[in-house]
Amino acid sequence: MVNKFLKNGLQEDFEISFGSHIQYLDLIQELALSITKLIGLEEDVSYWIGLSVRESVTNAIRHGNQQDETKKVGLRFKISPDRLMILVQDEGKGFDISSLPDPLDQDNLLKPSGRGIFYVRTFMDDVRFRNRPDGGFEVRMEKRLDNLKGEKDED
Amino acid sequence: MKIEERVVGGVTILDISGKITIGEGSIEIKNKVRELLAAGSKNILLNLGNVGMVDSSGIGELVSSFTTVTNAGGQLKLLKLTKKLKELLAITKLLTVFDSFTDEGEAVGSYS
Repeated sequence: MVNKFLKNGLQEDFEISFGSHIQYLDLIQELALSITKLIGLEEDVSYWIGLSVRESVTNAIRHGNQQDETKKVGLRFKISPDRLMILVQDEGKGFDISSLPDPLDQDNLLKPSGRGIFYVRTFMDDVRFRNRPDGGFEVRMEKRLDNLKGEKDED
Repeated sequence: MKIEERVVGGVTILDISGKITIGEGSIEIKNKVRELLAAGSKNILLNLGNVGMVDSSGIGELVSSFTTVTNAGGQLKLLKLTKKLKELLAITKLLTVFDSFTDEGEAVGSYS
């Protein structure tokens, strides 16, 4: 089981907003890792969640906000006893997710790009995408916590 | 990211350490590979044992370098994949594309 932060039924909601700078990616990934460490997730699970956040924020900065530094990326971590929900929002023009080529298709294997969302879908339990009614694109990803083994309990 | 170059048995080994991610080193490998090809070195081995973090841009960089070397008539292979990098390559079917090795001697000996 995960540590007492969750055993006690604690819930928390972290939310930040930042400009579209690629240089922030390390910081954002570290934030994700810190939060998964707080929850008590094991190293491998934390690593893949951190990578999934990094990939989603990379897309928000590059493809959503087109690296327009005045446009913001919103990032929210919602911790509840049974799941970690992460939202990444941009201020771009939106995107048709069904238009993404399959990176596993033989014709696409040697393409230099197009794997970020595939990795997010692989490492997270539930990933949803939507064009928000008020503009911008949103990635909502969840990791279920009730079936994960974490670091030792802190009783 | 840091790249150190050495030559063993006619193979140019690039010892890479640090991160291969967007904004940090995601084009340095490709530039180095192009430089080597221009100088006539076509047998290239990337030693990735000290690479701590790779994202999808970094994976794209490895693929792009592989394509560049292959198109130039050379061979680009990988040495000492970390567990996580191996997983990223495996789930995108790229382990079937790259020749990868755990032993440097065996890797060097595999170039024809």
